[in-house]
Amino acid sequence: MSTRNKVLWGIGGALIVVYCLFPIAWIVSVSLKAPSDLSNGSFLPSTPTWQNYDLILFGGASDLFLPALVNSFGICLIATAISCLLAMFAAYAIARLDFPGKKLILSTALAVAIFPVISIVTPLFNLWRNIGLYDTWPGLIIPYLSLTLPISIWTMSAFFREIPWEMEQAAQVDGATTWQAFRKVIVPLAAPGVFTTAIIAFFIAWNDFIYGISLTSTEAARPVPAALGLFTGASQFEEPTGAISAAAVIVTIPVVVLVLLFQRRIVAGLTNGAVKG
Amino acid sequence: MASIEMKSIVKQYGDGFPAVNDVSLDIADGEFMILVGPSGCGKSTLLRMIVGLEDITSGDMVIGGKRVNDLAPRDRNLSMVFQNYALYPHMTVYENIAFPLRLSKTPDDEVRRKVEAASDVLELQEHLERKPANLSGGQRQRVAMGRPIVRDAEAFLFDEPLSNLDAKLRGQMRTEISRLQRRLGITTVYVTHDQTEAMTLGDRVCVLRKGKIQQVASPRELYEQPVNLFVAGFIGSPPMNFLPATPEGNRLKTPFGDIELDEKRAAAVAGRDLLLVGIRPEYFEDATLVDEAKRPVGSTFRARVDVTEWLGDSQYAYIPYDAPDSIKAQLRDLSKELDSEELRTQAIVSIDATSRIREGREAEFWLDSRKVHVFDPETGDNLTRDAEAGAELTRLATQDRLEQAEDARGRETDARGGATAVGVG
Repeated sequence: MSTRNKVLWGIGGALIVVYCLFPIAWIVSVSLKAPSDLSNGSFLPSTPTWQNYDLILFGGASDLFLPALVNSFGICLIATAISCLLAMFAAYAIARLDFPGKKLILSTALAVAIFPVISIVTPLFNLWRNIGLYDTWPGLIIPYLSLTLPISIWTMSAFFREIPWEMEQAAQVDGATTWQAFRKVIVPLAAPGVFTTAIIAFFIAWNDFIYGISLTSTEAARPVPAALGLFTGASQFEEPTGAISAAAVIVTIPVVVLVLLFQRRIVAGLTNGAVKG
Repeated sequence: MASIEMKSIVKQYGDGFPAVNDVSLDIADGEFMILVGPSGCGKSTLLRMIVGLEDITSGDMVIGGKRVNDLAPRDRNLSMVFQNYALYPHMTVYENIAFPLRLSKTPDDEVRRKVEAASDVLELQEHLERKPANLSGGQRQRVAMGRPIVRDAEAFLFDEPLSNLDAKLRGQMRTEISRLQRRLGITTVYVTHDQTEAMTLGDRVCVLRKGKIQQVASPRELYEQPVNLFVAGFIGSPPMNFLPATPEGNRLKTPFGDIELDEKRAAAVAGRDLLLVGIRPEYFEDATLVDEAKRPVGSTFRARVDVTEWLGDSQYAYIPYDAPDSIKAQLRDLSKELDSEELRTQAIVSIDATSRIREGREAEFWLDSRKVHVFDPETGDNLTRDAEAGAELTRLATQDRLEQAEDARGRETDARGGATAVGVG
C-alpha cells in the first residue's frame, strides 16, 4: 500500500470512529455536568463533577439503580448461559445429524426472532400475573430466552457447520467415545463460536427495555434499562438527564469489558489448518 | 496386527442403492491391500465400513478373528489417515500425535517416548511444538501418519491420503508410506483412485466397480491378465487400446491389419463375430526401430498419425481408427465409467523417444501380438486370460512380500542387537 493510500485509509477510519464514538463521548460529558450546567451550550462541562455518579451509586437514586444493576447482571447472565447451552445442543444436532424437521426448527427459530416483542408483551403481562411469574427473575429470563435462543441457534449452527466432520470421526477412530470426541475436539473448535454467540445473546438481553418495563414493578426484578426510565429529577422541574447519562456510562462498562476480554476468542478462523488450507 | 476378512459385505443406503454389493475379501496379516476404482465405486465406503464409521447392511466383517460388525470405531483398534488429514487444529503436533495415547490414559513418560520415536521416523522433531495451521501440506500429511504409528493398531487404513499433495511430494510420500509399511509389517488397507499408487504400493490390488469386486490380484497380474474390459481399461496409463476385430481362423482382422493368435487363444475366441482386442500402448513400436529378431513375433501396419507427444524419455502417437457404431458406443460408456471423456476412437501408441514419426504423416508401426488380449464386447469378459499365469504372478508377489517382511524384521533385530552391543561396550 502506498503512503497516500495509508493516509486516506487512516482518515476514513478516524472519521468512522469519531462518528461511532461521538454519542458515547457526549453521554460521558453530560454525565459529568452538574444539573445547572446541562444547558451551558458547550460540549464539555464547565466544571466537571462526579455528583451524578454519586447520586446513582450512593445518593437518592441508588435505591433504584443498584438493585437494578444486580437484577440485570443476574438475569442476563442466567439467560445467556441457558440459551447458549440449549443452542449448543440444538446447533450441534442441526449441523451434524440428519433428522426430519431440521428446516422446521430453523425457520421456527427465525419466525420467533422476527416476532415483534411489543405484540406479545401484553398477553405475557396477563399470563405472568396469573401464574405468579410477574416481577420475578424467571419472569424475565423466559422471555429473554425467546429473544436470544433463535439467534444463538442460528449463529452456532453456522459455526458448527464449519467444523469438519472428519475431526470427530478421526477422534472416534483414535479411540474416543462420542462424548470424548465432542468434549476434546468439537468443543475447543466451537469455543470461538460459543463465545461470540454468548456475547451477542448477552447484549440482546442486556439491552431489552420493553420486557423489563412491562413485566416488573419493583426492585425485585427490574433491570437497568427499565430503572433508567424511572429516574426522576430532584424536583419536577428538573430533568434527570445527568443521572441517566451517568447510569448509561456505568451500564456500558461491562459490555466493553466483555468484548475486550473475549476479543481474541471471538476471532474465528481457529479451524484453519485442520484440513488442507 | 491382524488379518481382515470380509464376507458378503453389503452397504445399502436409505434409497436402496447398494454402494457396496456383496464384497468378499480376505486381507492377510501384514499385507498391503489397495482398494481402487473410479469415483463412486464404493471403495471409500468399504474402508469406512472396516473402520466402523459406516454401518454394515449385511455380511460379516472379521478383524483378527473377531466379528466387529457391531463394534464402535474405538473398539476396533484400527487407525485411519483421512484424505484431508483431520488434524486437531487446537493441539500442537505433539498433542496431535499423542491424542490416541491420551485417550487410552497412557502414562506421560511412555507417551513422550512413543511420540518421540514416531517423530524420528517421520522427521517431525523440530515441529513438535507447532500447530498444524503453520505446517506445509507434506508436514501435515506426516503428522497425520504419526497418529497411527504411536498406536499398536491392528491395521492402518488410508483414505486417499496423498490426493491433496502436489505431484512431487506425492511421489516422495508414496515411497515413505511403502517403506513404513514394510518396516512395521502392519496390515494396511489403502484407498486410492490413482493407479500409480495402486500399482506401486500394493501387494494386492482390489479393483471395484459400482460396488462390486472385479478382480483382486497383484499389480502384475492385473496388468498382464485382467479379467475383463473394465480392469484392463482401468489399470495402465496411458490406458489399453481397444480395437474392434473379427476372427478369421487363427487371425483377427482389425483396423490395424491382421493379428495372428496362437492356437490356445484362437480356440478361445473361435465362433464369434465381433470382438475387442486389447493392446497396451507399449506393445506398439515404430516399425523402423524394431529389432530384426523381434519382428516375426508381431505384425506391421501403416497408419496416419494424428498427434504425437514427446516426453523426453518416451513418445506417444495418437492414431485414429474407425469402429462400428456399437463398439463406439461401448467404448464411450467404458471411458465414461473410468472417469475419462474419450471423444474419438483413437489408439495411443508408445514409440521410442528417438522415433522421427511426424504428425499428420503416414508411418509404419509394428505390433507385438504375443500379449494382446481379446474381449467379448457384450459381457466385457477377457476371453484369452491365462488364469494360471496370473495366479503365478500373484503367488510370486506374495512370496516377495513375505521375504521382504522377513528381511525388515531381520534388519530391525540386527539394529537392536548392535545397539545393545554398543550399550554393553
